[in-house]
Amino acid sequence: MNWAEFFAMNGYGFYVWGSYGVALAVIAIEIIAVRHRRTLALRQLKLMNDSGDAQ
Amino acid sequence: MAINWFKYSAPSTFYGLAGKLIPFFAWPAAVLFAIGLYIGFFVAPTDAIQSEAYRIIFIHVPASILSMFIYLIMAGYAALGLIFKTRLSSMMATALAPTGALFALISLWTGALWGKPMWGAWWVWDARLTSELILLFLYLGFIALHASIEDPRRADKASALLAIIGSVNVPIIYFSVKWWNTLHQGSSIKFSGTTMHVAMQQAMFTILVACWLYVIAMGLARVRSIILEREANTQWVKELQEAK
Amino acid sequence: MNKLTMLGVLGLVIRRDLLLAMRRRADVLTTLVFFVMVVSLFPLGVGPEPDMLRKMAAGVLWVAALLASMLSLPRMFSADYLDGTLEQMMLAPQSLTMMVLGKIIAHWMLSGLPLVLIAPVLGVQFDMSSQALWVLMLALLLGTPVLSLIGAIGAALTLGLRGGGVLVSLLVLPLCIPVLIFGAGAVDAINSGMSAVSNLSLLGALSLFALVFTPFVAAQALRISME
Repeated sequence: MNWAEFFAMNGYGFYVWGSYGVALAVIAIEIIAVRHRRTLALRQLKLMNDSGDAQ
Repeated sequence: MAINWFKYSAPSTFYGLAGKLIPFFAWPAAVLFAIGLYIGFFVAPTDAIQSEAYRIIFIHVPASILSMFIYLIMAGYAALGLIFKTRLSSMMATALAPTGALFALISLWTGALWGKPMWGAWWVWDARLTSELILLFLYLGFIALHASIEDPRRADKASALLAIIGSVNVPIIYFSVKWWNTLHQGSSIKFSGTTMHVAMQQAMFTILVACWLYVIAMGLARVRSIILEREANTQWVKELQEAK
Repeated sequence: MNKLTMLGVLGLVIRRDLLLAMRRRADVLTTLVFFVMVVSLFPLGVGPEPDMLRKMAAGVLWVAALLASMLSLPRMFSADYLDGTLEQMMLAPQSLTMMVLGKIIAHWMLSGLPLVLIAPVLGVQFDMSSQALWVLMLALLLGTPVLSLIGAIGAALTLGLRGGGVLVSLLVLPLCIPVLIFGAGAVDAINSGMSAVSNLSLLGALSLFALVFTPFVAAQALRISME
């Protein structure tokens, strides 16, 4: 089972890996986006807490 | 010891619970996805007619199924939030919408890439693909409406109403598109006709379950952020150790 | 003051809205002119061959009808929302659903009906047969109420939002696709010799379905937006 033949998908490689590639990319981007949103929310909270303590 | 189900319907208690649950959904999703891919690419045989290109269905079909079900679940949460005025349900609906839209996008993209080698065109006005496109518009409408209203409570209720109307329309749209499609194109192209090899079904089912777990994990993670954003000035959020 | 019955309220709201619209006749004409303009653009874009135009006539006219009715949707509630009459309406003892239905009917009479009346004139531009023209008018007559009914929900949901006009179209157009399919399908059926009864009856069914549910849902949407 050589890898070159595997990736070629006897000619349909572009379509198969094109769809899986984009699907995995979309999932990865979504994971990153959700993590990023969480850090933003926490940073906002820290700001509010610090300003809260400062008063 | 009667379980008090409503204990977890308050954002404050649900926040902690969701935090604990995410790993239990996220990691199995990743593992199952890998297994599904393995079966799909190494165990499933080459299809007689479509040779290797058919392997795209292992991601295309689950994505389409999920994009439809997530919309219905989203409408369900929206209805719950509207009827029982439980803020958490509306937050769940808002949390699921982006994931649903992305799955609709994946379904369209993989559908197009599968259509090119099989039917010779990037986009085929097939009834399923067209309904998927309209479903994507419904998602975008939901997200756009929710985003364009500042007051979160009104945004939740307005988008909830839209989701409910949308879910009532999904069958009508699908029926009319199917009717329209068969009118113009005769019988729509069936998938290769051969009964699916058992390994194919296993691969598709595994990836479907993996995607389900992924959606739950993603929904929980996003709803936690929404809770933090919305309940920012409540006491329990202030005391959260990660907010210190 | 005699007790206003439900139908009394309906008639009152329709008369009021039509009267208001007649004072600002420009608004009514914009929908009509937009419809005519969009339809007339297509031959310029696609080319004048009659058989080509005849084939696409129904689709072009229906898409233009959809867009034209989207154009005037935001105005359905915004004027009353800004000067506070909407609030008074919601406080009135009479049912809000009836008043919303009145506004929808008034909107339809100002945006749907004119399209039905002018469609044959434009149909001639596309060299449509007289039989097809009749079916087109009937289909538009049956279909355009759905655009106003579902559009009312979109208008109510996006009340007072910036960029509401575009948002209404994004929300409402996907829901109007069945109307477009059956409407254009009716004329195609006639052109290819089949009878258009099935399309027209489905259009009628969609209209009745929308007529029964949407006023109530639009009233709920108004309550949500006005909270």
